[in-house]
Amino acid sequence: MKEYIVEISPNGCLICGEPLDCEKTGADLLTELYGKLVGDYPKFYKMDSMSRLAFIASELVLRQEGKPRFTPNETRKIILANNRASLHTDLKYNATINKKDYYPSPSLFVYTLPNIATGEIAIRNKYYGESCFLVLENEEHFIKVLKTIPLESDALVGWVEYNNDTDYKCIMWIEKP
Amino acid sequence: MVPLLRVLETIIKISDNIYSPLGNTTEENFSAVMSGISGLKKYYDMFDCVESFTASAMPTRMTFTQMCIESVSQALLGTDIDTTSANVIFVFSTTKGEDLQLWEPAVAVTRHFGNKNLPVIVSNACISGVSAQIMASRLLTAGIYKTAVVIGCDVLSKFIVSGFQSLKALSAEKCRPFAPDRDGLNLGEAAACMILSAVSESKNPNGWIYEVGSMHNDANHISGPSRTAEGSYRCLTDCLDKCNIENLAFISVHGTGTAYNDDMETLALHRAGLESKPILALKVYYGHTLGATGILETIISMQAVEKCMLPTTRTGIHGNSFIKMLSGFGGCNAAVRWSLKK
Repeated sequence: MKEYIVEISPNGCLICGEPLDCEKTGADLLTELYGKLVGDYPKFYKMDSMSRLAFIASELVLRQEGKPRFTPNETRKIILANNRASLHTDLKYNATINKKDYYPSPSLFVYTLPNIATGEIAIRNKYYGESCFLVLENEEHFIKVLKTIPLESDALVGWVEYNNDTDYKCIMWIEKP
Repeated sequence: MVPLLRVLETIIKISDNIYSPLGNTTEENFSAVMSGISGLKKYYDMFDCVESFTASAMPTRMTFTQMCIESVSQALLGTDIDTTSANVIFVFSTTKGEDLQLWEPAVAVTRHFGNKNLPVIVSNACISGVSAQIMASRLLTAGIYKTAVVIGCDVLSKFIVSGFQSLKALSAEKCRPFAPDRDGLNLGEAAACMILSAVSESKNPNGWIYEVGSMHNDANHISGPSRTAEGSYRCLTDCLDKCNIENLAFISVHGTGTAYNDDMETLALHRAGLESKPILALKVYYGHTLGATGILETIISMQAVEKCMLPTTRTGIHGNSFIKMLSGFGGCNAAVRWSLKK
């Protein structure tokens, strides 16, 4: 069962289907949401675009859930998925290793793994449970695979894709066993 | 989610293959490791990277798709598995796939074997190969499929080598896991495949049995392991559930040869009370093969238990089970326990 559903796209943010009042669009929307609703986690600015998207969505889901935050949690799973893995950041990193201008960026390289987004959420919330990133065809496929994952407790689940600043999408929720 | 009342299924291994610089079959690979042959060589101008590096590379450049097809084909030899059947699922473990695409090449490999199901790809950095075994066991336990072809592969590229160089994670020489003077890892490329099947527990199956798998996050740092081994320790503890420690032959560690990883694993083993067990570290033969690592090292571990011999030290071992543990970027950790029933 899905609860506390948050949807974010470049044009806005929906919380359980209700639009949130936002002024900005695109990549600026995520910084606006961070400034308005989070504000106390400057690591946000170090994250790549996909991690920012997943992080903001997780913050909005967990605020709605309303449980005490940042206390160690042994069982909560974080399961995220998309179809393109970390391609958006992969291409950015690739631009740092071309022949003419070779200067590979370690801070970009770290984000060329999609599961870093799950790690960012685990670190923020002290979640010691399972974290897993899957690459699947689409959301429908994700829902099907999700049904096979045993849940001992409520899990944080989301489809997170970041193609570019004007084309991204995240839907995240709490999945109840 | 998963129904509580279901027929109890046991997950067994039907077949496997390692396709690496050390050989095209599991047997060739194990015998190379037993003979102390390493795939690691120094490369001076591969991929136009600025610095030279030591790695285990295939004799000729091959694509992710080619490597996967070779490995799965070899693993299927001598089995009666019909990969075109709707009850067969392909599960992939990779970090970079082919030309930064993961989905398309995985579908291409799946379709090459006439399988029409959508594959499942696990991309959990260095733990992907163990994560893929866990995901496959879940897909089988849920009763949707009878057989899972679990394939792990990553190929060397300028992208991967330059990235690890930029992190200063590579040793210029052959890596030295757990040695006091270790100074980094070596990269490698390989494909490795395990074919798993669900069998009714009532049939009392023999052979390699998947006992338990576990994943935990360190909740500590995205690119460094926990100093207190939080996630890894929890994975080991989960794997010791219902385990007769006497029967545990060894722990197959990640053993990358970086200062932090090997320290963290040592601490995790101590915290879990496993400090007296032998460990098996294989990176000196294969380098770190990323998406293939978890599957490749599980297969070599199975060979070691079957032959009652730890290949690294050529010492005899006792026990019919082992734990394969891994840790990776994103703070992720995973472990599985397999046991051999005769």
